[in-house]
Amino acid sequence: MKITLKVWRQKNSNTPGKLVEYQLDNISPDMSFLEMFDVLNGELTKKGEEIIAFDHDCREGICGSCSMYINGRAHGPQTGSTTCQLHMRSFNDGDTIIVEPWRARAFPVIKDLMVDRTAFDRVAQAGGYISVNTGSAPDANEIPVPREIADTAMDAAQCIACGACVAACKNASAMLYVAAKVSHFAVLPQGQAERTMRAERMVAQMDAEGFGACSFTGACSVECPKSISLDHIARLNREYLGAKLTSNNLQG
Amino acid sequence: MAWVTQTLSSSLGRKVIMSLTGLFLSSFLIVHVAGNLQLFKSDDGRAFNEYTYFMTHNPLIITISYLLYTSILVHALMSVVLTRHNQASRPVKYAYGRPEANSTWSSRNMGILGTVLFLFIVIHMRTFWYEMHFGSVPMAEYDGKQYKDLYAVVQEAFAQWWYVLLYVVSMVALGYHLVHGFQSGFQSLGIRHKKYTPIIEFLGTFVFAILIPALFAAMPIYVFLQVHGII
Repeated sequence: MKITLKVWRQKNSNTPGKLVEYQLDNISPDMSFLEMFDVLNGELTKKGEEIIAFDHDCREGICGSCSMYINGRAHGPQTGSTTCQLHMRSFNDGDTIIVEPWRARAFPVIKDLMVDRTAFDRVAQAGGYISVNTGSAPDANEIPVPREIADTAMDAAQCIACGACVAACKNASAMLYVAAKVSHFAVLPQGQAERTMRAERMVAQMDAEGFGACSFTGACSVECPKSISLDHIARLNREYLGAKLTSNNLQG
Repeated sequence: MAWVTQTLSSSLGRKVIMSLTGLFLSSFLIVHVAGNLQLFKSDDGRAFNEYTYFMTHNPLIITISYLLYTSILVHALMSVVLTRHNQASRPVKYAYGRPEANSTWSSRNMGILGTVLFLFIVIHMRTFWYEMHFGSVPMAEYDGKQYKDLYAVVQEAFAQWWYVLLYVVSMVALGYHLVHGFQSGFQSLGIRHKKYTPIIEFLGTFVFAILIPALFAAMPIYVFLQVHGII
């Protein structure tokens, strides 16, 4: 396959970047999108040019590292997949492919296609946890959880914090991410102790990080590699309003 | 009261304000369209004028009307605040985007649709509301009682084809605004349920985005055709 790539090159967060064009002539349709980048970086190395920086880790769709905005969509044209799960057969011979980093104030570009997603870590640290005793694992089924509840929690827990929701949202909103984290614990008995505090603190941190508000366009859910439902955003709204109306926290 | 201001100025709280004002304005549309159906009566506007008299003299209606004006302004101002915040959340735009692959046009263009509707409301209120309250409206007499003949103002306005066109286009914008806005309003309040969301989506689409704008759009067209003796 012959491919023309237009890739965002940016030295660091303080330097403005630009799209740079690359020609690739020997691309196998069976390569993953990241392997295609490996080939390109190999060629750049041979030429003595600086390689393109991009995040990748597991290459099996579970780590959430491979953030690339490909041809106007987060993780490319496939739905329910990460960039590493995207193969070159999804494109046609002779295509021009535009690759950009996630664009959000809360995700500053570190270099080329790499962005700093520690904003998500800080949101998670604000309340995305439960307090449990350490020690030996509790007995299975010690705490009864109905099947339907367990499934809902699992659906939310599938979030890999890749940031595709933020990248796809016209407002760069992190609602689907925060909703998944809040939902995951809010429906389970283990999550009840911090339930109110969690919704209040995670939303406050989300706002402090500079993410946008939710316009309910649904783009996040479509582009989410784990297809996390908008139901969780409604639950986050419910959790937050409930928390604000009932908590003893008068300071906000 | 710090918690109140803090809640309402959070991104979720702002959406709650948009939702409550928007849904209140939606509920007003039902009253407005139902009342204005009097325009379809062939009684030279008597039913319509008696209805406008009631609407401008009933204390409860007058009170609610102030709530309505406030809602329009709050909804519009909050949308400006939110839009500015949302735009600032992505300082560097994508060079190439395909938003149509994952979302509807109306959901992405609520601001533009809302701006069209706001301008429409200004023109609409200048033509009818301002004339009714502060302008010189001819009088009509029914059973010895004097009424402001707003029907005559309606006929005069809708006799102009471009004014009718403005209304029809605005009602198309209203339809697109509500097809997303009505159901989105419930989402912002956290109301989403297997049993009720299909009902909300049905009402939002078929009643608020199609039926109500279509009835509103039919009014200027009907009056235009009537004034020009076509029907």
